[in-house]
Amino acid sequence: MTTPVLELRGITKRFPGVLANDHIDLTLEEQEIHALLGENGAGKSTLMNILYGLYSPDEGEIYIRGKRVEIQGPTDAIRQGIGMVHQHFMLVPVLTVTENVMLGEEVTRGLALDRKSVVRRIKEISDLHGLEVDPHAKVADLPVGVRQRVEIIKVLYRDANILILDEPTAVLTPQEADALFEILQSLREKGVSIIFISHKLREVLALADRVTVLRRGRVVGETRTQDADQAKLAEMMVGRAVKLTVEKKPPQVGEPVLTVRGLKVLDDRLQMTVNGVDFEVREGEVLGIAGVQGNGQTELVEALTGLRSVYEGQVLIDGKDLTAASPRDVTEAGVAHVPEDRQEDGLVLSFTVAENLVLNTYYRPPFAKGMSINYPIIYETGEKLIKEFDVRTPSSRVPVGNLSGGNQQKVIVAREFSRPIRLLIASQPTRGLDVGSIEYIHRRLLEKRDDGVAVLLVSAELDEIMGLSDRIAVMYRGKFTAVVDANDVSKEQVGLMMAGSSLEEALTQAPGPEAYEPEIVT
Amino acid sequence: MTAITATSSTISLAEQKERRRAMIYGLFFLGVAAAIFFLFVLNTNAELVSTFKLNPATKQKIVEIPPLKLPSRTTLIILGLLVAALGVYQMVRRFERVNLALGVVLLFFVAAFLVWATRGKSISLLGIFTFTVAAATPIGFAALSGVMCERSGVINIAIEGQMLAGAMLAVVGSSLTGNKYIGLAAAMLVGGVLGLVLAVLAIRFLVDQIIAGVAINIFSIGITSFISQRYLQPIPELNSGGVLPKIAIPGLSQIPLIGPVFFNQNMVVYLLFASVILIHFMLWYTRWGLRTRAVGEHPRAADTLGINVFKVRYINVIIGGMVAGVGGSYFTIGSVGRFDELLTAGKGFIGLAAMIFGRWTPLGAYAASLIFGFSDALQAKLQVLGQAQVPIPSEFLLITPYVVTMIVLAGVVGRTIPPAADGQPYVKE
Repeated sequence: MTTPVLELRGITKRFPGVLANDHIDLTLEEQEIHALLGENGAGKSTLMNILYGLYSPDEGEIYIRGKRVEIQGPTDAIRQGIGMVHQHFMLVPVLTVTENVMLGEEVTRGLALDRKSVVRRIKEISDLHGLEVDPHAKVADLPVGVRQRVEIIKVLYRDANILILDEPTAVLTPQEADALFEILQSLREKGVSIIFISHKLREVLALADRVTVLRRGRVVGETRTQDADQAKLAEMMVGRAVKLTVEKKPPQVGEPVLTVRGLKVLDDRLQMTVNGVDFEVREGEVLGIAGVQGNGQTELVEALTGLRSVYEGQVLIDGKDLTAASPRDVTEAGVAHVPEDRQEDGLVLSFTVAENLVLNTYYRPPFAKGMSINYPIIYETGEKLIKEFDVRTPSSRVPVGNLSGGNQQKVIVAREFSRPIRLLIASQPTRGLDVGSIEYIHRRLLEKRDDGVAVLLVSAELDEIMGLSDRIAVMYRGKFTAVVDANDVSKEQVGLMMAGSSLEEALTQAPGPEAYEPEIVT
Repeated sequence: MTAITATSSTISLAEQKERRRAMIYGLFFLGVAAAIFFLFVLNTNAELVSTFKLNPATKQKIVEIPPLKLPSRTTLIILGLLVAALGVYQMVRRFERVNLALGVVLLFFVAAFLVWATRGKSISLLGIFTFTVAAATPIGFAALSGVMCERSGVINIAIEGQMLAGAMLAVVGSSLTGNKYIGLAAAMLVGGVLGLVLAVLAIRFLVDQIIAGVAINIFSIGITSFISQRYLQPIPELNSGGVLPKIAIPGLSQIPLIGPVFFNQNMVVYLLFASVILIHFMLWYTRWGLRTRAVGEHPRAADTLGINVFKVRYINVIIGGMVAGVGGSYFTIGSVGRFDELLTAGKGFIGLAAMIFGRWTPLGAYAASLIFGFSDALQAKLQVLGQAQVPIPSEFLLITPYVVTMIVLAGVVGRTIPPAADGQPYVKE
């Protein structure tokens, strides 16, 4: 057997109170695509950050082509031929592609930067690997898929032959992801070995040669993808058998609750980000809005919940005009909002769990008495909700910032679901959560729907949209490409529309729902 | 898709707001035109002439330009009509770049004001411009210092204090050694030291950058005032550094108008010109500049590429302090030759305004400094013309530069975008 390109032995990393990596062994063979699979918090990113020199391990050794190496920082990693594409792109938006690529490894002629020769290098690299990009474009003007290409070019520019990708498909449409996979396969043919972090089973099986599964900082298994299937990997990843599909009763649809007419909304840069959207959401149904991030979903939700002013159009809830309403008006009209960024918009992290549970009702009896707040009742209610919604917290008096992501989301769900509501707006409700929490949130969401609540679900996870929605709206560049019955389209067809195809094109160019196999929603 | 085509004929809220805003601008322009008529035209007799001299007072061998003689009232009427026309256009059609129109309107107003103030008299326009370049010098250094620091992500609000210390050390250094250029070096050094203090506080100890800067300012004000009272006033030998000589650059200083204004100044002014060009080149065309901008925008990205974020910031903040220190020297050895308490008079802060107005670019920052310098020069010259000519109390004239700062920051600049990581300490994970 040949020496592996890379070998990690007994890597251990402790953070205060957490054992993030517990004696991890990993080998990467020459020209292999190796998937690192695990839930959020399993320690995948930590391990790769150690390999790239961003963290230093407490124990363990790294061997490259059989030789032991010390990696103290990114400079060492780069020198060893390791390149990393981070989950959150490490690109400077105001700089051009060329400047981003050469940053840290600049070519100069005399004192001045030699942009021309770098442009030439970029063209060579992009021709060789099919990574099309305009070297003179400003990164801020590029779509996400292209930015990722820039990241890969950055790595190749530094002559890396070990490429680490951290959750590379999280921000891509299915088609963009397929294009990425082709690029990665061609890179492998040309001698690059690749480590690919993911929690999506489909991708791992489609792309990787081998997979190492992490759970709670430990390696729980390693297998060739030929010998594995989704169910087996899921069980390894979660530690128990996982339900592969969401069980859903047929919808009992009633009257429209939310009616939106000709809605136009501007974003912070005064661009028309929501550009004329009409739809309604009725009692007892889930309307899922699919779309790649940044196509106006965020602004749409902000406009509906009173957080952003409407440029044009009308928003009606139960026939009442709430177009220019304040967030409190919207809340009092019976709207629950699970915001996209739970730490930024959903919680006050330094407040206690109980305080966060009454953020939208604290001013009303029984929580308020005149000008004063009745804390005993707030904490009593807090304890009750914690039990009811199974929030894992030492007590209702700890700051909500101390809880895990999943439990923070449960606090929001407890707050929003525990009062009578007519409309539920959930934006990226399971982003960054582990499988257990995802199952929980999905169950709660469908319970509300079955109770006759109108549910508007916005998600960038296509699997989630396909699994939960009764109707699907695809949002592309501020408009709805189509609003269709969820049973009439396949995931591939929705994916094409997310990338800009029309409904007719999508229906003819991709297989229909007959060919659709249920998958795990993670 | 369910087609509910709700084409509302009513104008949206945002559109209404925009129209109202355009109207307000238009009305403001008309108000300026009215001000020109009522304040200036009606107070000017038809036969008066405003004379603007364009030659230096000292006899230099350059091409003579005849003075500009304008019939005061006619000129004022023309300026007023132009502004009124801009106002009407703004109300009817709307300027696409309304800030530019606003700038032109203000320029015309200033021109009208000058014509009116000089009615029946003469004033040296060249003198105003020369004074402008002089007054813009400390502001320009302050703005450059700000550009250096903030481009790397550190807010330097301590510029005022760095200039004050630089001003004092320049005069003390030059008094003690008898060499004004050593004074200049001393100013640079002390600015750099205070820059280092800011850097250590902000980068190493993660002190809030505004608070650290304010602390340095207070420290600097306190210590310079103390030393001034205790030593500089009683011992005049310490406080008589002299003034750097004017150096006429051969050739360039012969160009009519531009020559005497820009190329017959002292060393500090030339250092500023050189710094503006040098820092412009460095920021946009060198490795150091690229890394600086990357660190100021997205330090973590720079870090993942092996760039030492802390080192880049230290270097920039220290150089920024040195630049501010040199700017401070202008107050003493560059102009009056002696140190007095608080003689920087807020120029460091005006420099920060110039930096913002100039959108964090060296060239823009210097251009903005010239505007602030002009307002300074204007008030100085108007005082010379006397009360009868300009019936505005001199105290009010003195606040002109500060009022201009506020107007510029509040209205003309519009929204500017600072470097994304400006003011944020970087913490390695």
